[in-house]
Amino acid sequence: MNEGQAIIEVRELRKIYRVGDVDVAALRGLDLDVLPAEFLSIVGPSGSGKSTLFHIIGGLAPPTSGRVRVADGDLATMTEAGRTRLRRRTVSFVFQKFNLLPNLTARDNIAVARHLAGLELKPDAQFEEVVRLLGIARRLDHKPNALSGGEQQRVAIARAIVNHPAILLADEPTGNLDTENSKAVLEVLRDLNERLGQTILMITHNPEAAAYGHRTVHMRDGRIVDGD
Amino acid sequence: MTIKLVKENMKHRPMRSLLSALLIGVPVTLILCLVGLSHGMVDENNRRTQGIGADIIVRPTGSTMLSLSGGMDERVVGFLAKQPHVAMAMGVVNQAVEGITLGATGIDLDQFNRMSGGFNYLEGGPFRGADDVIVDQYYAEQKHLHVGSTVNILNRDWRVSGIIESGKLTRIALPLRILQERTSNLGKVSQIYLKLDNSSLTNDVVKDLKGLLKDYPIYSVADWTSLFNVNNIPGLQPFTVVIMVIGIVIGFLVVYLSMYMAVLQRTREIGILKSLGASNAFILGIILTEALMLGLGGTLLGIGMSYGAYWLIRTLVPASFPLVIVYSWWPIACGITLAGAGLGALYPGFSAARHDPIEALAYE
Repeated sequence: MNEGQAIIEVRELRKIYRVGDVDVAALRGLDLDVLPAEFLSIVGPSGSGKSTLFHIIGGLAPPTSGRVRVADGDLATMTEAGRTRLRRRTVSFVFQKFNLLPNLTARDNIAVARHLAGLELKPDAQFEEVVRLLGIARRLDHKPNALSGGEQQRVAIARAIVNHPAILLADEPTGNLDTENSKAVLEVLRDLNERLGQTILMITHNPEAAAYGHRTVHMRDGRIVDGD
Repeated sequence: MTIKLVKENMKHRPMRSLLSALLIGVPVTLILCLVGLSHGMVDENNRRTQGIGADIIVRPTGSTMLSLSGGMDERVVGFLAKQPHVAMAMGVVNQAVEGITLGATGIDLDQFNRMSGGFNYLEGGPFRGADDVIVDQYYAEQKHLHVGSTVNILNRDWRVSGIIESGKLTRIALPLRILQERTSNLGKVSQIYLKLDNSSLTNDVVKDLKGLLKDYPIYSVADWTSLFNVNNIPGLQPFTVVIMVIGIVIGFLVVYLSMYMAVLQRTREIGILKSLGASNAFILGIILTEALMLGLGGTLLGIGMSYGAYWLIRTLVPASFPLVIVYSWWPIACGITLAGAGLGALYPGFSAARHDPIEALAYE
């Protein structure tokens, strides 16, 4: 990938879901470019297609039409196995509901991501660095139900970045957190972006949270309607 | 990591895991008990046959491995006693007491003592009257008998005159003439045992006797005990196969239901794993591994329960069911169980692997 070239390039992206006998258009010809190391906030009302866009960029769902290039991979032509590989090393998710595996400790939740990426399970410098950055070293042996919401989200972020993915997709990462924990998580994301050059796309309803990004795009009815 | 995920999943729902393994263990116990019983019966029968001290067995015409047909004319005993190298001939009457697993034998005690060296009495001694019975230690234990006790056998009461160490001829010995009378077999015997003056001539004598008594099954004791094994007992192998198939079906159903529920309960976790880049094969692997671990746990529990059954049978009915532990069947039972468990996990496993990650992540 050349310097200055977009790490995510979306052109005329359309996604149509079949609900019963009805076709529902979630994305209607969306165009978007995201540069490496950019922190992009995406805002918009419910049903505007934000999460669908994330699912496609993250390889969880194929596009109906259009072109989606993520870190030199063309998602429109990628097989399911290819999209699975993409999720292992290139793109990772942070969800509103944390989505930690409830039966595993924080350490093992992070280790799962490393295992799936084919990395060593034993803690290494990469693991230690992430744990230190997120301040969760003392909570690693606890299961999610013994962690606060803020701690769970930090573990989820650790899991998402432990393999050094090119792109981090954060879908309302502060949606289930109080103000203090929201701020802490947003600071972590900004820190990751500034110190590690992590490309981050963040969906949020909160204008204050959106302000943490370098730029904000607004979505409505499956399209980007405004961007600064 | 797969093992860790599976282990934590099983620990998370310990009751489901334990109940599944227990249910899988039941057919394992059934298989091991059935095999243990058949081996025990055969071993016990052969041990008692060898304890008689005879070299040759003559059975009635038309008899099979397990049945003796209508018996033989008692005069055949005298005829055989006169044959070359036959030092002694003893006719006995066999009578079933409880199905095929427990029988009484009518004997001429003097003849038996000369052929075998006699019973080893743990209590009491030989017959003293026409209503006397000698029982072995297991039958005495099962019926709580002592010398002088009364026991009902073949619809009449007998007085226990002696309790013997097990391992010679029979568990229940009755006076030959009395048993012939009571069973309307006067002048008939069920089997004839021959002792030779030179055991090394057994095969030659068997050959000669077959020439003289053409329709009679005649065996050396060595041949008879090698022939009387679980593979030669009519109907036993198909029955064992049926029990094994039942074992596979039960294992299949238990694991199918258990893993189907597990996949439903863990739909969201499957979505999480997929969002992290887990392949369909990885998800299928988790489900199959858990099923096989349940199968393995079930096998271990089944083996444990077979020891429980062994103890129970040995305590309550040691004479009727000579159960033994057959270690060589543990891996077979394990293989049967794992086959059932693996098959049972296939559909839930493929179903989990095919989950749409977005729908799975949205599952509450």
